Amino acid sequence: MLFFSFFKTLTNQTVTIELKNDIRIRGILKSVDQYLNIKLDEIEVLDLDKYPHLSSVKSMFIRGSVVRYVMLPRSEVDVGLLEDATRREAANQAGKAR
Amino acid sequence: MFTTAAQLLDLTDKKLVLVLRDGRKLIGVLRSWDQFANLVLQDTIERIYAGKLYADVPRGIFLVRGENVLLLGEVDLDREDDIPLSVTKAPFEEVFELKKKEDNKRKLGDKKRNSELQALGFEPEHSGEILF
Repeated sequence: MLFFSFFKTLTNQTVTIELKNDIRIRGILKSVDQYLNIKLDEIEVLDLDKYPHLSSVKSMFIRGSVVRYVMLPRSEVDVGLLEDATRREAANQAGKAR
Repeated sequence: MFTTAAQLLDLTDKKLVLVLRDGRKLIGVLRSWDQFANLVLQDTIERIYAGKLYADVPRGIFLVRGENVLLLGEVDLDREDDIPLSVTKAPFEEVFELKKKEDNKRKLGDKKRNSELQALGFEPEHSGEILF
């Protein structure tokens, strides 16, 4: 659930999402759920000429399973904090496994 | 809040573009859904694109299994008639023939690339799952 919580802290930031079929979409992250499905508002499709079906779309729901990358604003990510949280989560998991 | 249900609730009864994993583009009104993003679309048309052409095919009601959903876009009703200049409407038969040719060409290319990758010891991307 770590990355679910992490993405929740990024709501209302502008992110760029690259899908597994190479479409790249920039928009405001509106919400994320436990499967990392993502809702974007005020979207802008990079290289729109190749994807004319998205020309009149203003907001979208992207299924988590088709996302390849999420590009985040550097200033909004506290890498140190994320590292700590990751270690804590890993320690918890190790504790559970024993 | 922050559930699939909450995300889809806002889109209910709206006109949407649904893109499926096999590359189909469906345009219809979202009437029902569940937590897996299984969807019901009403008054659906399928819009097929090939080269610089497109065509609409009336389809009716769709019940889509969630795993096949790529994305769901809300159509801006003020802009839905502004079709980009890069594509023009054409008769279905013409677009369908062109699309068949394009698909075959892509399939051949994919097959070649995947076998070359496999010879080098790489698993093809998406591990064989097709995504357009």
